[in-house]
Amino acid sequence: MADHTLDAKGLNCPLPILKARKALKEVPDGGTLEILATDPGSVADFEAFCRQTGNELVEHSVDNDVYRFLIKKAAA
Amino acid sequence: MSAEEKSMSIIVTKGSLDWAYPPFILATTAAAMGVPVTMFFTFYGLPLLLKKLDLQLTAAGNPAMKMPMMGGHMGLPNLLTAIPGVDAACTKMMKNLMNKKGVASIEELRELAIEAEVRMIACQMTMDLFEYSLDDMIEGPELGGAATYIEVATKSDINLFI
Repeated sequence: MADHTLDAKGLNCPLPILKARKALKEVPDGGTLEILATDPGSVADFEAFCRQTGNELVEHSVDNDVYRFLIKKAAA
Repeated sequence: MSAEEKSMSIIVTKGSLDWAYPPFILATTAAAMGVPVTMFFTFYGLPLLLKKLDLQLTAAGNPAMKMPMMGGHMGLPNLLTAIPGVDAACTKMMKNLMNKKGVASIEELRELAIEAEVRMIACQMTMDLFEYSLDDMIEGPELGGAATYIEVATKSDINLFI
């Protein structure tokens, strides 16, 4: 189970990333954030977001057009 | 903050509904990725700082603007855009479409930019030229000129003109 879940379904670029950034603030260091999105562009974007910010994209999957990302928050 | 701290500046020169998107999308996303951002609002970009936004769109002179309609894509001949009410209808259509597709409004993105501590500079010369005062603007922007921007730009890794 993730520490937090963000439902970003129906939102388009760049809202899933912006809301994920805000949600990550509520997650403790080393904790996890689960994001659900329907924007197909969010796959490449969350990969880039994690590479740039140093947070770890632990896993991502797709089920019924819903993308699920699990991000582990890096220590600040 | 990112391991390799990069910064970005954007010169915002256009204030129509469609052109307002790229600078605010890039500024908010960069800020979310730990990249400090400065936006310099000049000429027609300056009114994007007004308290109340009423952004409009025109298809005039924009043959690439084709809206999805009845399974296809439809443009609008330049001549028709001169008819009163046509631009307003286009604007309404675009806003409805954006809303339907989950695209943020400019008001929302601007709010997120402020929240993310994006630095905003209002061009003093444009303020004078178009007779605006800081009282007309949202809280937050500072005043500055070309030299203020150049100083920022020399220290930024990414400098965009939109």
